[in-house]
Amino acid sequence: MSKPYVRPIPWTWWNQNTAYRMFMLRELSSCFVALFVLEMLCLVASMPDGDTAARAEHVKDFIASMNSGPMIVFHVVALAFALLHSITWFNLTPKVLVLRIGEDRLPDFVVAGGHYVLWFVVSAVIWWFVI
Amino acid sequence: MPDEKVTLEVFRYHPETDSEPSFQTYEVPFETDWVVLDALNWIKDNIDGTLTYRWSCRMGVCGSCGMAVNGTPKLTCAAFLRDYYPEPIRVEPLANFPVERDLVVVMDSFMEKLESVKPYLIRNEGEEKPLSEGEYLQTPAELATYKQFSMCINCMLCYAACPVVGLEPEFVGPAAIALGMRYNMDSRDQGREQRQEVIASHDAIWQCTFVGECTTVCPKNVDPAGAIQQAKVASTKDWYLSWIMPKASK
Repeated sequence: MSKPYVRPIPWTWWNQNTAYRMFMLRELSSCFVALFVLEMLCLVASMPDGDTAARAEHVKDFIASMNSGPMIVFHVVALAFALLHSITWFNLTPKVLVLRIGEDRLPDFVVAGGHYVLWFVVSAVIWWFVI
Repeated sequence: MPDEKVTLEVFRYHPETDSEPSFQTYEVPFETDWVVLDALNWIKDNIDGTLTYRWSCRMGVCGSCGMAVNGTPKLTCAAFLRDYYPEPIRVEPLANFPVERDLVVVMDSFMEKLESVKPYLIRNEGEEKPLSEGEYLQTPAELATYKQFSMCINCMLCYAACPVVGLEPEFVGPAAIALGMRYNMDSRDQGREQRQEVIASHDAIWQCTFVGECTTVCPKNVDPAGAIQQAKVASTKDWYLSWIMPKASK
């Protein structure tokens, strides 16, 4: 009588190889991106009614309130995770977005590169308006 | 390199006598042109005839000899000893499957999942051409859209590499979904709607968290991870279309 053996999966399965570890980091990165978005939403929600000068003052105060060791560490870590998040996902876009010209598939670097260019342009536009 | 040896640590489990698996160590002659499968065959022929494993073609076509070599799913007919020598090589059955005996896994769940995606050409009722009218013609561009997904040899390496398969046994899994997509993308096929019941279900594409290891270990460059993400995009489009144009999507 056959009795197949089922191997248990250890809770540390995600630490079995580099690919799994990178995957978990990529998943974790979304938490930091979400926390930063939450921070931005807090800033927007607390924006006072009134003229531009009052709003600019509010933003200045908000940034000043972030000027502490733990908050600086959080923002550096959040930036690192945001970069990891963006780069890992952009590098995966050619798997999702398959564009063909006749029989040929558009090369991966063109699809991923397009995303990087768009990322740069959008960032530059935001930088232009904010700074 | 006379008398050089390589050490193989082989997973052993005999259901008649063992309650738990164990590892047995063998010293095998080291030959630069030997693969792990050659070493297993040498053990079976010269040391222990009870060692059990699947193999057939020995040339990366049949998909039978998939095992975990030092923890990585590999076709053992394509895993050269020289790439591991002089370190010991640990050979285990493919992860995420129950073990029948030694290096042989129970593949029933995989076969059921493959069957569930209806991996064959489906034509609408009454739209199948009689044989006398000849074959359904296809342009090279139409062939190119699905050809990559048709290269699967059902070796199950992708199931062993996927943590979701291990954690969520109901997950339809990489190869079956890629095969379903292979037929969905075939210009001769009309069965997408039937397959969507399985492919677009919670236990299929939406279980996938895009770890991507299925694609990394695939010996035939099928890219099941890509197939699954493309299926997600197509299913999401369907959903939006059903909201925008409810009549057209029926």
